[in-house]
Amino acid sequence: MIEIRWHGRGGQGAKTAALLLADAAFATGLYVQGFPEYGPERMGAPITAYNRLDSKPIRVHSNIYSPDIVVIVDESLIGPVDVTAGLKSTGSVIVNTDRPPAAVREMFAGCTGAVYAIDANEISTRALGRALPNTPLLAAVARLSGIMPEDEFIRNMRDSFMHKFSSKPEVIEGNMNAIKEAWKGAVLL
Amino acid sequence: MSTRNLMENMTESSGWRDLSPAAQVFGEGNSVFFNTGDWRSETPAWKRDQCRQCLLCFPVCPDSSIPVQGGKRGDFDFGHCKGCGICAKACPFGAISMGAAVKGGDR
Amino acid sequence: MSKRDRLSGNEAVATAIRQIDPDVIAAFPITPSTEIPQYISSFKAEGLIGTEFVTVESEHSAMSACIGASAAGARAMTATSSAGMALMYELLYVAASDRLPIVMAAVNRALSGPININADHSDSMGARDSGWIQIYSENAQEAYDNMLMAHRIAEHPDVMLPVMICQDGFITSHAVENVVIEDDSFVKGFVGEYRPEKYLLNPDEPLGVGPYSVSIFYMEIKRQQFEAMSKARAVIAQVSADFTAQTGREYGMLEKYRMDGAELAILIMSSAAGTGKDAVDILRAKGVKAGLVKLRVFRPFPAEDVAEALGGLKALGIMDRSDGFSACGGPLGAEVRAALYGKADGIRTINYIYGLGGRDMRTEDFEHIFGELAAMRDGGEAPDCRYQGVRE
Repeated sequence: MIEIRWHGRGGQGAKTAALLLADAAFATGLYVQGFPEYGPERMGAPITAYNRLDSKPIRVHSNIYSPDIVVIVDESLIGPVDVTAGLKSTGSVIVNTDRPPAAVREMFAGCTGAVYAIDANEISTRALGRALPNTPLLAAVARLSGIMPEDEFIRNMRDSFMHKFSSKPEVIEGNMNAIKEAWKGAVLL
Repeated sequence: MSTRNLMENMTESSGWRDLSPAAQVFGEGNSVFFNTGDWRSETPAWKRDQCRQCLLCFPVCPDSSIPVQGGKRGDFDFGHCKGCGICAKACPFGAISMGAAVKGGDR
Repeated sequence: MSKRDRLSGNEAVATAIRQIDPDVIAAFPITPSTEIPQYISSFKAEGLIGTEFVTVESEHSAMSACIGASAAGARAMTATSSAGMALMYELLYVAASDRLPIVMAAVNRALSGPININADHSDSMGARDSGWIQIYSENAQEAYDNMLMAHRIAEHPDVMLPVMICQDGFITSHAVENVVIEDDSFVKGFVGEYRPEKYLLNPDEPLGVGPYSVSIFYMEIKRQQFEAMSKARAVIAQVSADFTAQTGREYGMLEKYRMDGAELAILIMSSAAGTGKDAVDILRAKGVKAGLVKLRVFRPFPAEDVAEALGGLKALGIMDRSDGFSACGGPLGAEVRAALYGKADGIRTINYIYGLGGRDMRTEDFEHIFGELAAMRDGGEAPDCRYQGVRE
């Protein structure tokens, strides 16, 4: 089982990303869970979302305390929130940041897992015209989790976006461009 | 079985199996079978000769105790009249007077 | 042909409601059940259902509208949570005593205070004596399946009682999981059409519903309710067996998980049962004789099945996701102990209050509980009731 924990702020799409990842993984035949943890519901409040992906049925219904992958949608949460809490020693962190590698490495000085950086805001601004970092991060997670090859992911995401954005189809192409660019956009530090 | 019989089979001594489910009342207008007029605060009297049959009295009766047939009212249904006197107040012709109370069965 | 899908618990229940296509739905939004009426209103807008969707001004009115619709002869449904259900309490009793087979999608959430939107069972436990049948679901699949069975149980001539299908707020209502969805045509056939024997909108047989009932009749009417609830046991078993035969998914009054040879067990309802099963597997791998019983049907309370399932245990943890504030435990604790009394004596029990207001319940929490049960089995002192997962 692969367990993924998303850290974001209300309004940034961490929950949506977790649900889209569940969608994409489901399409490959896996058993999935995608769920948010709700605190106070306001824009900008720290929120957590989770994914479990497994080849057999998933019964556990608790939050995730020892993730394989931690995704940090908003780097301002590093510090105020213990984002790498319980991360497996073989696990990975994916952080959305535009800082130079040395600065990012310093932010995760105590972290034993692999740290990947991606400038998801920049990718989405170029592809979509505004900073919606969740879909580029989704592509990075899909690659690092190894749940499916690139072409299958791209195909599944088109279906998911068509379902998710059925009321605003104009954003589908932009999101597709963002995930294509982001697939290899995460850099190991 | 007629509606009346259906309800009459359910008496105060019926067991739970013999009462209608959830105390549902079968049939319409069956409150007429339940006699409530054995106690009355006052007793109305209908003065047939002063009555013009304007029919302002029967719609205001809370207990449907003024029977109407063929567009004309008849005498009070003392099986159900509680003696409230609303009909006497509504009558423009003084054709209803209120008399003594009836206490329990001595009507 | 059934279809593999991935849906949240709310989506799964809304899908079941779309397939059932009831005559009337009256609902008022409240977190975390809000999505259900939202889905229904879009189904209605898209012409996918013929349901009369009544948007009311409160849950009191929602249940009142369901009562009116059901008495008139319609198949009526609603969805609610928490304070919304509490606002319905008065009418829940009316629905049950008028023997109206209304079906409710209940998404369990804590009752204030402090105000909180997350899962616990205090809302439906507050309605446990209202005369509704209560069925609890572990995951989205069970919430969906239980909803498909609800009408056949409620509308059975031996029963004619309202049913609430409960699932845990957010934990399953907002979690996307794998769900097998049955064909629309299968659902229509399985659920069948509702043909009430007597109903208000039948001009040939005038009817009065919900009359004042004086003392000389009241108790006989309550005795009828007792009879209906008693008979509901067999009807639930029969409908569940039919569902299992047609879908392969097993349902009974309760589910026994690794109870063969178990000395220690927990009894639990809803989403945390899945987490408990994982904990049982971990402990079994270490040689601990651990098991789990998941109670699916809380009303009617399957006392005999509970005593049968737990008989032979040495120690039992009874898991309540609400506190009854009796100062000696929660509602499940009281009822399970009563079921064991004289039938399966000698089992030492601890009643755990857990998961209030969405407090997370991890496999580690269950391992801790099994540790306490083992110590009690070995002669250790133990309290009758204890809060699990609370900071001291």
